[in-house]
Formats: sequence, structure tokens, C-alpha cells
Amino acid sequence: MDKEYVGFAALPNQLHRKSVKKGFDFTLMVAGESGLGKSTLINSLFLTNLYEDRQVPEASARLTQTLTIERRGVEIEEGGIKVKLTLVDTPGFGDSVDCSDCWLPVVHFIEEQFEQYLRDESGLNRKNIQDSRVHCCLYFISPFGRGLRPLDVAFLRAVHEKVNIIPVIGKADALMPKETQALKQKIREQLKEEEINIYQFPECDSDEDEDFKRQDAEMKGSIPFAVVGSCEVVRDGGTRPVRGRRYSWGTVEVENPHHCDFLNLRRMLVQTHLQDLKEVTHDLLYEGYRARCLQSLARPGARDRASRSKLSRQSATEIPLPMLPLAETEKLIREKDEELRRMQEMLEKMQAQMQQSQAQGEQSDAL
Amino acid sequence: MEPLRRPLSPCSSRPSSPRSPPCETSVSVGIEAVLDQLKIKAMKMGFEFNIMVVGQSGLGKSTMVNTLFKSKVWKSSLPGLATPTPQTLQLHSVTHVIEEKGVKLKLTVTDTPGFGDQINNDKCWDPILGYINEQYERYLQEEILITRQRHIPDTRVHCCVYFVPPTGHCLRPLDIEFLQRLCRTVNVVPVIARADSLTIEEREAFRSRIQEDLRNHCIDVYPQKCFDEDINDRILNSKIRERIPFAVVGADREHLVNGRCVLGRKTKWGIVEVENMAHCEFPLLRDLLIRSHLQDLKDITHNVHYENYRVVRLNESHLLPRGPGWVNLAPASTQQLTTPAPLKVRRRVQEDPKDEF
Repeated sequence: MDKEYVGFAALPNQLHRKSVKKGFDFTLMVAGESGLGKSTLINSLFLTNLYEDRQVPEASARLTQTLTIERRGVEIEEGGIKVKLTLVDTPGFGDSVDCSDCWLPVVHFIEEQFEQYLRDESGLNRKNIQDSRVHCCLYFISPFGRGLRPLDVAFLRAVHEKVNIIPVIGKADALMPKETQALKQKIREQLKEEEINIYQFPECDSDEDEDFKRQDAEMKGSIPFAVVGSCEVVRDGGTRPVRGRRYSWGTVEVENPHHCDFLNLRRMLVQTHLQDLKEVTHDLLYEGYRARCLQSLARPGARDRASRSKLSRQSATEIPLPMLPLAETEKLIREKDEELRRMQEMLEKMQAQMQQSQAQGEQSDAL
Repeated sequence: MEPLRRPLSPCSSRPSSPRSPPCETSVSVGIEAVLDQLKIKAMKMGFEFNIMVVGQSGLGKSTMVNTLFKSKVWKSSLPGLATPTPQTLQLHSVTHVIEEKGVKLKLTVTDTPGFGDQINNDKCWDPILGYINEQYERYLQEEILITRQRHIPDTRVHCCVYFVPPTGHCLRPLDIEFLQRLCRTVNVVPVIARADSLTIEEREAFRSRIQEDLRNHCIDVYPQKCFDEDINDRILNSKIRERIPFAVVGADREHLVNGRCVLGRKTKWGIVEVENMAHCEFPLLRDLLIRSHLQDLKDITHNVHYENYRVVRLNESHLLPRGPGWVNLAPASTQQLTTPAPLKVRRRVQEDPKDEF
């Protein structure tokens, strides 16, 4: 090795190895009126059947239903990399006759996750902080409306400073190409008019190749993404099997870029911008929340206590943070669970190694 | 005196009544000519039909009306380019006279922009109910005049087409609230709008769930079971009731398919033909509304819904004190005044020679 080189060019590899070992956590929220193809799209995106046991409530049940927040978790592994995906669903959104303030439970949920993280971060044992903050919110817009509806605008304005929003047009196979363009244009205009901040894709570096830049520009130009989801594979005689929806007049192919923007969405969400979404959540949105939170606590009474015990971590947790339902013991239990899981994994690895070395030892004996 | 005997004219190309076989021509009176007279009168006077379309914006109501009547009754537009949806529900009526083969139809279409678009849609059906009752009131006021017009202009809503969004799940609370209230006042025909976003299996599942919801909430949509007059009606209407709500697609552009010019929507994966039964059920809706049941819709509106309204108004006016403008609304029909609840008045039997002879 040349002695002029220090050798830290290999650092990205080290990071890569560590990330692979640690795995990724990602929390995705889907919101929008029911019947826009949200569940189907999620199943298509992650090639899982997260909604297998789902039962759509019938109309009479919906008359009295209020918005609930549901969490589903799934572990996806591909190429040795594990992603622990948590999906947050909002059934009942926009369903009732009077939808005033129906977005408040969602806002409350998002802030709760921030609170939890803030508390964990300020706590003693920071080894196993669970990141349950919502990293991205896919908001489904109806293809049948003339742009954003009043409910859409109200929801987006309530959450745009708290979570990365990616607007998506669901069931886009109901639209002809011209209609899709007109609708996208109208939605972009409305977002600008209402000053709603959706997730901004980072600019390409200037040293990226032309192809990548073109792809990137194309992707940015197709927001909001007009998507179609399907978990069924259609086998038309003669052509190769594709995932799509079969109609009597033709088959929509989910992964065909001329038919819908599904590939763009998947590429953006999973392949290229997963980490960026997490970073923006942490650096921008969470920090914003934290600053607001701590500033609001910097009232005369609290300030004295805070300044007196600035150096002591213990008393930092005594600053009355906004009401958090989670008790200290539950948090400890969760941490212990995480530790147990890691220890189990290590044990399994060691066992496997031992078995391997035993087998090798026997072989060498036999020889 | 011997009954008038009119020999059958040799050039009568009318289909002879099945009850009078050719060997008995000398006994026929020639009553079949009445049908012709009716037809000629009707053609001279023309028909009136008032239809109301209700549904959220963007469900293709204007396009559907254009497709139904094959003319630009409404100017439909691309999504996003239309005028912004109004803050409150407004009703918008447009009247056209369409002519086909010498038959004139005065068509009035009432649109309801703003329905179900707000955040709080409570009571969004009130303006619609108000409008319908207003038309009944107008007719009633004309009917009770001492010197009545020969032909009272009929602005009553004969049919309300309700557009259900193609969620694929089941009826929404708003749909149920609206349908429950309106099916008591007007003939309601629910349809699954923009059905080109549902596959055939999804449509069937959606349809059966909607039918179940309608049953569970006692919503009686057109054609109502209780108004089936005879067995033929029942068979015909049962077939229709099985397919309600129809899954429809509307289009006002023509495309070339296999050498024919068809109305349809062109996408990158195919062309949805509006009049192709394999693609959507628009022909069934058109047949129901125009080709087979138009007169029936008008009859039920006149004989049932309007009469129910009239009875309620009679009862009201009877109980109200006699102030200025008090009108004795029904001097002749005192027996109706005593019944407390609105009756389901039996339909006037149509003049039908087959039944009478």
C-alpha cells in the first residue's frame, strides 16, 4: 500500500457493512379516502400481502366509525439487507358525512412519535432508541376530482410541516393521458397556491451523468405520481406475464412507465431516496418539532429549573414534556426486548459457526 | 240499432290485435285506431322529461348526460380546467329540445355541482329536496287554479340519477343518507360512475355489496318492487333490479375501432367502448331511462310521488288557520284528507286494449 494514502477511502464500505448489519427502519404512512387503492398499492410496492386479513367494514358500520390509526409491521429482506417496514394506516379518513377535524388524530399520532423520540433522546439509556417517527406520508388523491378537494387541502396543511408528504394519484387507470396531465398540473398549482410543502427531492450533483440527471428530472416532473397497483399477475397468451389489471378492453401493466408512474414511485421511495427521507425527517422535521417544543417550555418558571440543572441529564427528563402516555417501565421493557433479540441473533450466529468448525474438524480427522 | 260495423280497410298495416283472428274482421269496431290517434297527438305535443344528476364533482355526470342524449347538453371539461367547485351546493338547470324521427323531447337536466365536495357535507341533500318539492308545489298550484291551462308545464323531476364513486368497497355514509331521503320523494336510479377503473370481478362484488346495503337500509330505488303491475312487469323489472346499480362509463369523443366509429375513452392500453356491453353497462342505463321506462318514470312521478306530496300539502293546509291566501286545496277528495299517512296511490291503469278485451 502506498504510504502517501491514509486509507480512509474505504470508509463508505465500513458504513455499508455496518448498515447491513444493523438493518433499516422505515415508517411509512398512507392516508386518503377509502377506495383509492391504497392497500393494493402498498402490497404491490413491497411485494407483500400486508392486508391479507383485512375486512372492509360495511356501510352501516362506517356510519359511526371514527378515524383510527393502525400499525402493521413487516420485515423485508433483499440481497442481505433487512428493512423493518412499519406501515401506518388511517382507515376511516374522509369517510363520514362530516369530516371536520378528522385529520387531528393523524397529527396527534405524528407528534406523539416525535415526543417519544425526544424523550428517548433525552433519556439515560440511549443504546436502543427505537425510531418510530413517521418518515414519509403517501397521500392519495382521487383521480375523479378536479384537483385537490377541500378535505385534501385541510389535511395537507395540517401535516406538511411534520412529515414528508408525497402526493400520489390513486387508481390512475381511470384517466386518459390528457386527463392525467391536466390533473397533475392542477394539483401542482393548488399545492403552490396553498403553500403546502411536499417532500422536495434533493438536486442531483453536478457530476452525475446525463442519463441520471434526465431520469431525475423526469421523476420530479411526474409528481404527483399517478399510480396503479396490482398484486395479480396477468398471463396474456403470447406475451410474458406481467403484474397488472385485466380489463375487457386491455390490460394495464403496473410496471410499464407508459401506463403509470408506479416504477418512478418505487424507485424514488425505496431505491434512491429511502435514506434521504429518514434524514429529512430527522434533521428538518424532528429538529423543528424539538425546537418548538423546548422553546414553548422556556417559560419563566421552567427556565430557572432548566438552567440550574443544565448539566445533569437526569433532570432533563424532569422537564415536563408534553403529556406522553408511555410509561417509563414500558420503555425499559422495549429496550430489554431489543437487547434480547440482538443477543439471540448473536447466539444463533455463534452456534452456526461452531457447527461449521465442528464439521471441518471431523473432516480433518477423517483425513 | 245494430252496432256500428266498420269493415277493415285493406290498407291497414296496423298489427291486428291477437284477440281478433282474421276470420272475425266483420265484428271489429276499429278501436285499434285509438293507439294511432294517441301516437299522433303525442308526436304533435312532444314529450317532456326532467332528469337530475347528483354526485360528487368529477364523476362524469355531464359527460354521461351528453352520452345519453347524444348531444352536447352540457359542456364537459377536462379535470382541473373546470371552474372551481362552489362552496355550497347549487342547482343548475338546462333545457334542450331534441328531435328524433319526428318525435320531440323537451329535456331538462338539473345538475348539482358542489354536492358532497365539502369537508362537512351534513344536510347537503336539503337544497336538492327543496328543489324537488318546489317543482311539485308549482305543479300543484297550477292544478288547483280555477281556470287551468290545457297542458300544465311539467317541471317535476322524473328521475334522479345518483352517481356512486367506484371505491370498490361499499356505499359511503353520505350515499346512504342521501338515498334514504330521496327515494321517498323521487325515482332514484343509482349508477356506479367511472366504472372503467373497476375490473369485471370487482364490479360484480361492488354491485352485490351495494345491493346488500340498499336492502339493509330499506332504500327502494327505481324500479320499485311495489309498483310492478303484473307478472310481465315483474319479470322485466326483476332483471333490471338484479343489475342495479349499473356500472357506466361516459364518453363524448369518437374513436375508430375495427373500422367503426364508436364513442369511447382512449387509453394507452385500449379503448373503452361506451356502447359495448362487454365493457360497461351504459346501454342498459340508456334503455332504462329512454327506450323502455321513460313513460313509466313519468307515470310513477305523477301518480305516486306527486300524489304523496299533494296529500301532505292538503293535510297541512287543512290544519292551518284560514289566513290570507288560504286555498281550499281539495274540495272534492275529502276521503284523502282523513287518512293520516301518505298513501301509496295505485297507478292509473293505462289504456291498454289487450287488457280490456
